[in-house]
Amino acid sequence: MSRLSEIFARNKKCFIPFVTAGHPDLETTREIVLALAASGCQVIEIGIPFSDPIADGPIIQKSSFQALRHGYSFAHYIDLIRQIRRETEVGLVFMTYMNPVLSYGLEKLDREGAEAGLDGVLISDLTPEEYSRMEPLEALDTIFLAAPTSSDQRLQKIREVSRGFVYLVARTGVTGRQSDVEASVPKTVKRLRRYTQLPIAVGFGITSAQDVSKVWKYADAAVVGSAIVSFIETHRSEADLAQKVGEYVRKDLISAP
Amino acid sequence: MGKQSKLPTPDSSHFGAYGGVFVPETLMSPLEELEEAYGEARADEEFQKELEELLHFFAGRPTPLFHARRFSEHVGYRVYLKREDLCHTGAHKINNALGQGLLARRMGKSRIIAETGAGQHGVATATVCALLDLECEVYMGVEDMRRQALNVFRMELLGARVTPVDAGSCTLKDAINEAMRDWVTNVENTHYLLGSVLGAHPYPTMVRDFQSVIGREARRQILELEGKLPDLLVACVGGGSNSIGLFYEFLEDEQVRMVGVEAGGEGQDLGQHAARFQGGRPGVLHGTYSYLLQDELGQVSATHSISAGLDYPSIGPEHAYLRDLGRVDYTSVSDKEALEAFKILSELEGIIPALESSHAVAYCMKIKELTKLIGSDPSDLRVIINLSGRGDKDVEIIRDLRQK
Repeated sequence: MSRLSEIFARNKKCFIPFVTAGHPDLETTREIVLALAASGCQVIEIGIPFSDPIADGPIIQKSSFQALRHGYSFAHYIDLIRQIRRETEVGLVFMTYMNPVLSYGLEKLDREGAEAGLDGVLISDLTPEEYSRMEPLEALDTIFLAAPTSSDQRLQKIREVSRGFVYLVARTGVTGRQSDVEASVPKTVKRLRRYTQLPIAVGFGITSAQDVSKVWKYADAAVVGSAIVSFIETHRSEADLAQKVGEYVRKDLISAP
Repeated sequence: MGKQSKLPTPDSSHFGAYGGVFVPETLMSPLEELEEAYGEARADEEFQKELEELLHFFAGRPTPLFHARRFSEHVGYRVYLKREDLCHTGAHKINNALGQGLLARRMGKSRIIAETGAGQHGVATATVCALLDLECEVYMGVEDMRRQALNVFRMELLGARVTPVDAGSCTLKDAINEAMRDWVTNVENTHYLLGSVLGAHPYPTMVRDFQSVIGREARRQILELEGKLPDLLVACVGGGSNSIGLFYEFLEDEQVRMVGVEAGGEGQDLGQHAARFQGGRPGVLHGTYSYLLQDELGQVSATHSISAGLDYPSIGPEHAYLRDLGRVDYTSVSDKEALEAFKILSELEGIIPALESSHAVAYCMKIKELTKLIGSDPSDLRVIINLSGRGDKDVEIIRDLRQK
């Protein structure tokens, strides 16, 4: 059983924050991830920046462009995981795009990432169809996106290649647009449940504790990205940034009503 | 639609190892809808008839195949120009814009979005939207808006909204990012009218089909004029729609050689050019797997070309396939060589070529390279250059350069 599966088996409802690796810098990202783990988050998505992030809205784009200026490579990001893993058992997932992964090597990322303590990878622009043409990953869990617009046939394809959990996009559009969890999302969760036992996380457009508790009513996990990245950006030069991020997530996003 | 699927591919969405569908799941449903609608339209005689009529009465097709006598004398062999510069709106882009515009209307989409670099595709799209009464929004990098201010105004005159993109390098690639984000958000009523043989399946195939009218006409015309097929076809390659449009109909004519000319810019270092086959390696950008200019970390690299229409880090996946097959040769010419060709063609033929098309003209002036390619003296050659667009849009850039 993978660590992600264990985490979801142990926790009835999970909270998954997203942060961009290297925003504002990798050392701070390490501190922020540790603070998030200590603040009640079960899984943490670490965004690996790409020059052309088509699935991301302005807030995450901006954080990616800033992070890219550091020139970090996958070796740095894997080392980040190694350092974090020494201190916590929180679930750790990379969220990124196809090209930087291809450039580093899918197989290499699988092997080295798992060895460092990474649990899974979500490649936003990798479809189940294209993944099926590649050598499948052995060690890491492979997380794929599903959408309310995905047909039943597509949901089955997504199910076939997914491990760890399925990430359901709550709305058409990119990350961080206005908060508005579409009515079709609970229906899509129901449709997905017909095909898979895997936990279902819902993300895109989740920005408040209210949104989070709504998602928890029908899905296993809520993902918040832009709201947290925006908080980091606003407080980036403050000394106790990591601690503040942890507090913000605990008080403003997770707190049960 | 003439002959179809001339080249064996393992499946319809790939060209050998290239192409495919690399997009977030939210775009899969609109892409599948588009693939289905296009498949139906392609087989529908009514649709094809309407497109043919518009290409004729609205866009001005067929475009002439012009024997450029003075230029031929200058280079020492016989050169024909396929005059896409005479199309309505001044470039081949209208062929694809009309095809996709009709398709969008057929699909019941009331809104069109597009990206543009040089502005030619944006103008063609805005034109078609005016004609077909569709709402139109064009994304354009702020750097390109500065370089092509007049085209921005033309689009606005045609009733389109031009939305500046101020991210990344502020050029074509960033405009495509933003158009894709818009499409994900507004798929219900919106069609993304992509301007080149790029992007996820079915775009590379569909845009090629709409542009292949260039080669169908040229093949018929050269046979009428010369009584035989040409020895060589030359076209510039940005995304690659004008070149594939010319080449496609000739792919099975083994005796016809083909050269695609990329933008060599001002040097060989990453960031100084847009020659994907010389400085790039396969990668994924904007939904497709093809040659890509990128750094060692897989981040997409900046590009440079004097011609905004060639200034793009990736190349249509079918070109990558044709290159691997050895069916088409790809080379590049520098900004300087393109500028020289711009001047020569203007003075010798009274035709001001677009800076993009000037790259194809420039290659034909490189006699040594040409001799090496064909393995003999080129004096007996019959060559068709695709003059993909006219240079009116570029005269300001040229004037500024001369004043420097």
